Amino acid sequence: MTPNEISYSHILPEVVLSVFGMLIMLAEPMLGERASRKPLGYLAFFGTLAAGAATLYQAQYPGFAFWHMVHVDAFSTFFHLLVIGVAAVVILSSLDYVEEETVHAGEYYGLVLLGAVGMCLMSSAVELVLIFVALEISSIATYVLTGIRRKNAAGAESALKYFLLGSFATAFFLFGVAMMYGATGSTDIPNIALTLAKGSIPGLVYVGMALMFVGLGFKIASAPFHVWTPDVYEGAPAPIVGFMSTAPKAAVFAVMLRIILQTGAPGWLYLIWGSAALSMTLGNLGALLQTNVKRMLAYSSIAQAGYILVAFTAAPQEATSAVMFYMLCYAAMNVGAFAVITFYSGKDERRVHLEDFAGLGATNPLLALTLTIFLLSLIGIPLTGGFLAKFYVFQVALKANMVWLTIIGVLNSAVAAYYYLRLVVAMYMKPAPEGAVRVAAPLPMKIALLAAAALTLYLGIVPTGVLSYTTEAAAQLLTAPAVKVVTGQ
Amino acid sequence: MVPISYYLGLSAALFICGIAGFLLKRNIITIFMSIELMLNAVNLSFVAFAAQLHNLAGQVFVFFVMVVAAAEAAVGLAIIIAVYRTRNTLNVDQVDLLKL
Amino acid sequence: MPENYYIRYLPLVLHLVAALLIALPVLVLTTLIGRRKKFAQKMQAYECGITPTGDTRGRFSVKFYLVGMLFILFDVEAVFLYPWAIILKELKMFGFWEMLVYIGVVLVGFFYIVKKGAIDWGETARVSVENV
Repeated sequence: MTPNEISYSHILPEVVLSVFGMLIMLAEPMLGERASRKPLGYLAFFGTLAAGAATLYQAQYPGFAFWHMVHVDAFSTFFHLLVIGVAAVVILSSLDYVEEETVHAGEYYGLVLLGAVGMCLMSSAVELVLIFVALEISSIATYVLTGIRRKNAAGAESALKYFLLGSFATAFFLFGVAMMYGATGSTDIPNIALTLAKGSIPGLVYVGMALMFVGLGFKIASAPFHVWTPDVYEGAPAPIVGFMSTAPKAAVFAVMLRIILQTGAPGWLYLIWGSAALSMTLGNLGALLQTNVKRMLAYSSIAQAGYILVAFTAAPQEATSAVMFYMLCYAAMNVGAFAVITFYSGKDERRVHLEDFAGLGATNPLLALTLTIFLLSLIGIPLTGGFLAKFYVFQVALKANMVWLTIIGVLNSAVAAYYYLRLVVAMYMKPAPEGAVRVAAPLPMKIALLAAAALTLYLGIVPTGVLSYTTEAAAQLLTAPAVKVVTGQ
Repeated sequence: MVPISYYLGLSAALFICGIAGFLLKRNIITIFMSIELMLNAVNLSFVAFAAQLHNLAGQVFVFFVMVVAAAEAAVGLAIIIAVYRTRNTLNVDQVDLLKL
Repeated sequence: MPENYYIRYLPLVLHLVAALLIALPVLVLTTLIGRRKKFAQKMQAYECGITPTGDTRGRFSVKFYLVGMLFILFDVEAVFLYPWAIILKELKMFGFWEMLVYIGVVLVGFFYIVKKGAIDWGETARVSVENV
């Protein structure tokens, strides 16, 4: 494969997802008014399967394409599979939700797929403007998905908040890109790396890095850019929260790894240190006060973003590997937890408070068991993926002499156990309220839950396969050939 | 030729105007316009850099930013309509169903 | 910066000064000498033409908003045609097919809008606005 050519195999998963997204858009108006929308959901699920296959096919042809705009390597393949997997689980878990809430199914499934296009593209893009466009594809899709329950005042309000703060953040990211372009004369990550390696670093680079960090910090909900998170997660539909708290975050972390580690730009370490410490502390303290489970998990996701940021302070290769492993575990447990909430909360999401979960262990054993697995993993109990991920992150941070940050992290994990366990206690130790529902989860939901739970446990018990893959991907990311591109008139 | 620092100064000033508008204004539409102002400030610096570096790429980026801004505008206006329908107000201080 | 950098703006400054010299005295003189009479018709927004009806702040249908939004989208999508048209000869048939795909994607969006009834102003319009 010559590197500069137009090569559709390098963007095959994105093409497949787009085609399926558009098919769903075209098919939806064709269905009758009263017809069930489930076929659209199955079509979307099939689309994710096809995209997954396309990713595996694409992995055989690594390298640059489209004039150094995208780079396919083990790193991008990992994040592609992660995003597509999350999308598949979310689609399976929302099949009944969409029917029940009477949201527009065509838009719903179409936007999940089209949003996934943006996220996939973010993980393989090595050019800042393409990253910006991909970031916007994913963001705009999630803005709409957040507000897809239009008749619901809280839904519209959360969409508004997400939209305003999200586009505010985007402007910062874009300004950062402009500064980098001005400082180095290129928006190509390999090219920027070459320019920066050559000699003195202009002040604009520091400005650009800081601005880009602000923009990306908003998207991963790390403190001090986290204020929108609880409101948005509370008002958005539960399956969509599962989606947007994992897949876009994974993609943004991929972008951060590429920008920070591949360009070798200086000055970000202190930003990350501060942001990580703040996110962990504010996230966990905020979660202690919540009685709404969706809000609690929102604060928990801020804290989790903080743990992931801790990994960034380590040596490049270990940092990359730790971030990838943590992100996979986090995706499995978070998307699983929100799938449980999706099903259990019922019509209009009425049952989302802590007391609503009382006695779930007796009334819905499967839901309670899987939710417990996800919560234990979020705490970081051994034999779950969350434990190993956290252990790995703190280990690499210690190796890089980040003692204080590690201490803050470990203290925070201890605090966090309280609020997660409160939910587990409610499920198993408290009696079920009068008239508790005993509805068995439908098959697609069961598959989604069991897949997420199985992955969480698998990562906790036999992580070696995944770990060796992430190590290999990290090595590939850091030795990616920097190619001089002749840009100009 | 006007030196590049003038353009960058103007661009930064516009960007800061946008930030100030975003933080201080209370009407959703005005806030939204502030964001557009920020994006256009960035466009200005892209074009200025493109002229300075004799590199066409900067001008092409502006196209992409414009398209993205238009997509954002459409989605934003739709969300604003949805909020207005459920709350009958466009004042952000009154859109307070979800509280910290 | 060259020394005579600001010199180039001199004509502009002269123009400004000339404009002020002519306009200011006229303004001052009319306020000093002129007589003022107020009557209802003079105070209207338009002294001639159609008499205004209703309040300018009146609400109008969300349909206009919708059409405006759709116009922005399709208008801006056309922006990519300009750079493409310039290098079409270099791109040869490949460029042609690529643009056909692009237009196709835009058309999918258009088809969707039509099917959803977003630009339907007829009998069913009121129902479809609720759906958009």
